[in-house]
Amino acid sequence: MIEGIFIEGLIFSIMALGILISFRLLNLADLTCDGSVSTGAAVAAIMIVNGVAIPVAMLFAFLAGVLCGLCTAAIHNHLRIPGLLAGILTMTMLYSINLRILGNKANLPLIKVDTLYKVWPKMMSFLSPEVASLIGTLILIIVLKIILDLFFHSDLGISLGAMGGNEQVVISLGMSPSTLKYVGIGLSNGLIALSGALLAQYQGFADTSLGTGMVVQGLAAIMLGEFIFNTNKISLITLRVILGSIIYKALMYFGRKYGHYVGITPNDFKLLTGLLVIISLVIASTRQRASEENARKKALLRIKEDN
Amino acid sequence: MLEINHVTKVFFPGTVNEKVALEDINLKVNEGDVISVIGSNGSGKSTLFNMIAGTFPVTSGTIKLDSKDITKEKEYKRAFYMGRIFQDPTKGTSGNMSIKDNLSLSLTKGMKGLKFSYNNKKKAQFEELLKPIHLSDRLEDNVGLLSGGQRQALTLIMACLSKPRLLLLDEHTAALDPENARIVMELTKQYITKEKLTAMMVTHNMQFAIEFGNRLIMMDEGHIIMDVSGEEKKNLTIPILIERFKSLSKKEYTSDEGLLTH
Repeated sequence: MIEGIFIEGLIFSIMALGILISFRLLNLADLTCDGSVSTGAAVAAIMIVNGVAIPVAMLFAFLAGVLCGLCTAAIHNHLRIPGLLAGILTMTMLYSINLRILGNKANLPLIKVDTLYKVWPKMMSFLSPEVASLIGTLILIIVLKIILDLFFHSDLGISLGAMGGNEQVVISLGMSPSTLKYVGIGLSNGLIALSGALLAQYQGFADTSLGTGMVVQGLAAIMLGEFIFNTNKISLITLRVILGSIIYKALMYFGRKYGHYVGITPNDFKLLTGLLVIISLVIASTRQRASEENARKKALLRIKEDN
Repeated sequence: MLEINHVTKVFFPGTVNEKVALEDINLKVNEGDVISVIGSNGSGKSTLFNMIAGTFPVTSGTIKLDSKDITKEKEYKRAFYMGRIFQDPTKGTSGNMSIKDNLSLSLTKGMKGLKFSYNNKKKAQFEELLKPIHLSDRLEDNVGLLSGGQRQALTLIMACLSKPRLLLLDEHTAALDPENARIVMELTKQYITKEKLTAMMVTHNMQFAIEFGNRLIMMDEGHIIMDVSGEEKKNLTIPILIERFKSLSKKEYTSDEGLLTH
């Protein structure tokens, strides 16, 4: 079962990385996620069911997610409405679109077709199916992480980071903030959809309500990661997100397994996730205040010594 | 080089809050001019800068740079040939990134590609650039950790790195303590001389305005009421400035502090 937690956590971390790009790097609260994760799942599922090769299906799922992101960015950039509302608009529209993609059905089983989680155990038949699945997922995440890290070390990647901190800087450097938002939100939702595509294969079906509450869960994972260590290096930030996602899934697993002792059922998980985010925010701000207080005391001490 | 023809800016036109911030401004900036711009609060100095930089569109009139009409060009496009430093030290640099990342981005203007422009050669170049402000050994540190003065000095380096045609300094020392303001001012003069830049500086500090550059413009109520250069500018003193301001200004002020803050 421990493999299950890791696989779920790793799949989930792709989505959390997407959320990291919009919420943390671009500083833009993008709720498209709740819709685009289902879009990714739906696109991948319908293509795999219709006999398209799995990598091709996943590539298209990624592109579909990028398209969702571009839609949000377009609404935000050209109609000048806040990113939050733009994301909600796209997300709401995606409910209908996702149903269309699945042929007007709310879900599509992937039981009878080959998915990555059937291919990997076959390829590594010397291992148990769980371990094989874990290794496959892990390799995929490592490759993805390396590509992302490289991207964020490139000039374009750094520019994206700069925009989250300060939009005026980007303008001063002769770059259009709109274009950067297209790139950032597009990439973010592409990753989120890719995560959806993988999740559908892992759980064996695509579901249009897959994405409900995903943003908050992703944020919870990011915040859990931020407690592990402090850094400004992008490779460590992405690592932190992956670890945070695994911890989050582990917490949920233990909640499911032992929750009944304290009367918690899976129905309570959304509430608990929300509370987890709130608690994380409280702890983060308390920490911030504590470190400021510390700095203040040190400064006072220095002044005293100088005198 | 820069030509501002009949530029008028009206904020909130047609409402009760309508305000004429600039009225029929005409200004010709020559190659190599270093101009200080002074005036009381609300005289239109910052609006003039916003018009030149393209932050807001003009209500009427044209702006030309090197005889090219840039009136309708977007702010980020104008940034290709204009450098601007704001009063707020946090505006010119990205606080959540390292000094080296900030510098890497400012090497070229415009949309960036998937290149990795940072290497050992760049590292050496950055360390050299940062020597005057004693930050050579802090390339990896986040800009957010720097003091206001250090940050503004870094912004200055970043703005000059791309050798802008026109450098706009928008009260860039106003938020700093006197000591740091002096240091940043000295650096500004050094860079302008070294790179032979054309520059305009808004300031509330009359001493800086007198010491800085070869030309001085005074604004009041959306008009340019004084434009001196050469010998006349060299002979200016604070009392003369205040006297000139009193005689030229349309408004009656009760005290000297109301005119121009020192």
